[in-house]
Amino acid sequence: MASDKYRSIEDAIAAVKPGSRIMVGSFGLAGYPAELIEALAASGVGDLTIISNDLGTPGVGLGKLLTNNQIRSLIGTYYNWNPEAAVAHNEGRIEVTLVPQGTFAEAIRAAGVGIPAFYTPTAAGTELAAGKETKEFDGRTCVLEPAIHADVALIRAYKADELGNLVYYKTGRNFNPVMAMAADTVIAEVDEIVPVGSLDPECIVTPHIYVDILTVRKS
Amino acid sequence: MQTIPEQQAKERIASVIARHFDREALNGRLFINLGVGIPTMVADHVTNPHIYIQAENGMLGVGCAAPEDQMDHDLINAGRTCVTETPGCSYLDSAASFGMIRGGHVDATVIGAFEVDQEGNIANWIIPNGKQLGVGGAMDLVTGAREVVIAMQHTSKNGKPKLVKQCTLPITGIGEADMVVTEYAVFVFDKGRLILRQIAPEITLDELRGITDAAFDVDL
Repeated sequence: MASDKYRSIEDAIAAVKPGSRIMVGSFGLAGYPAELIEALAASGVGDLTIISNDLGTPGVGLGKLLTNNQIRSLIGTYYNWNPEAAVAHNEGRIEVTLVPQGTFAEAIRAAGVGIPAFYTPTAAGTELAAGKETKEFDGRTCVLEPAIHADVALIRAYKADELGNLVYYKTGRNFNPVMAMAADTVIAEVDEIVPVGSLDPECIVTPHIYVDILTVRKS
Repeated sequence: MQTIPEQQAKERIASVIARHFDREALNGRLFINLGVGIPTMVADHVTNPHIYIQAENGMLGVGCAAPEDQMDHDLINAGRTCVTETPGCSYLDSAASFGMIRGGHVDATVIGAFEVDQEGNIANWIIPNGKQLGVGGAMDLVTGAREVVIAMQHTSKNGKPKLVKQCTLPITGIGEADMVVTEYAVFVFDKGRLILRQIAPEITLDELRGITDAAFDVDL
């Protein structure tokens, strides 16, 4: 492999240490780094904070990390596709922070672009804004939301070039491009790594400056 | 009052909303976002070709549900249904997709609700019973979309009014509802007042008041 960022899936996942804050791109089971998650589940590394839209389905995808008791806390938007999350939360086994989906995406983007917090009208007056600072803008109450940053981002892209430029596939794009900007170490799982210059510069979604490690799907 | 079977009720709600959008799209292109359940069915009823569907998981120009032999699990709508592309469709990351919504570029969203009250408050994200844990894009959608259309059956499964004086469940947004469509009636919110605009032939006005807890004016 001509890319100096290339690692095997197992070597790549060694970047995840116990207690880490891990961002994972996904929307349900679309556009999620399946093999990195498999490897993370196999590693048994625990005490993790998982920052993701949802938690897959029970025992599948990110759901596997919950089944394995590797999760200490969740930050995300929607866990109704994996009822085990509500059970674990009710039993006090995990902490959960629910964030409206658009606020969640923007908070991750904010972390990536150097904005520590932002005001948004979403959730004003609801229980998800309880205890948060608010301010009126043009007569509309807005809620101050902090940026969301992670130690490691596990993302799923379609193709990389050898430098680490990424392109995505359909709605598999979801949170992956913003997460690629918002973590100290960014690991991308791709179908293939192509020579530099073979991706159309107009079509590159994530420039390689953001990407630290590339892994390639075995299947 | 004549009971309307559930499936027929849902089809009617979707069809009434579709006709509303077909009319709105006569004035130009219309961009709509459809929630899960009855709202998704609206897509099957719209006929105006100038209506474009946005899915908050990152797609503008969503097509119909994918036939079994064309399902691609990386091409889904926000309800995780495999869908198809339309000519001119595009993909966005989640921040851009919600930016499109919050920025007021999406003309309308259609969502279901557990309760809507006479002040236009919506409760549609959680029934606190310990089994649910999630908000998804509901709060962003009701805040961002120019018009919020509620698609719901008039009463709950055990016959309780869903159009109420004041929401008892945790709310999704304050005063965000613009239109409520049920199998029996169409209501709009105008300057803070709830107004009945259409009533189904199966029900009288008195009967409608009997299954509606919210106070409303009549302007048919």
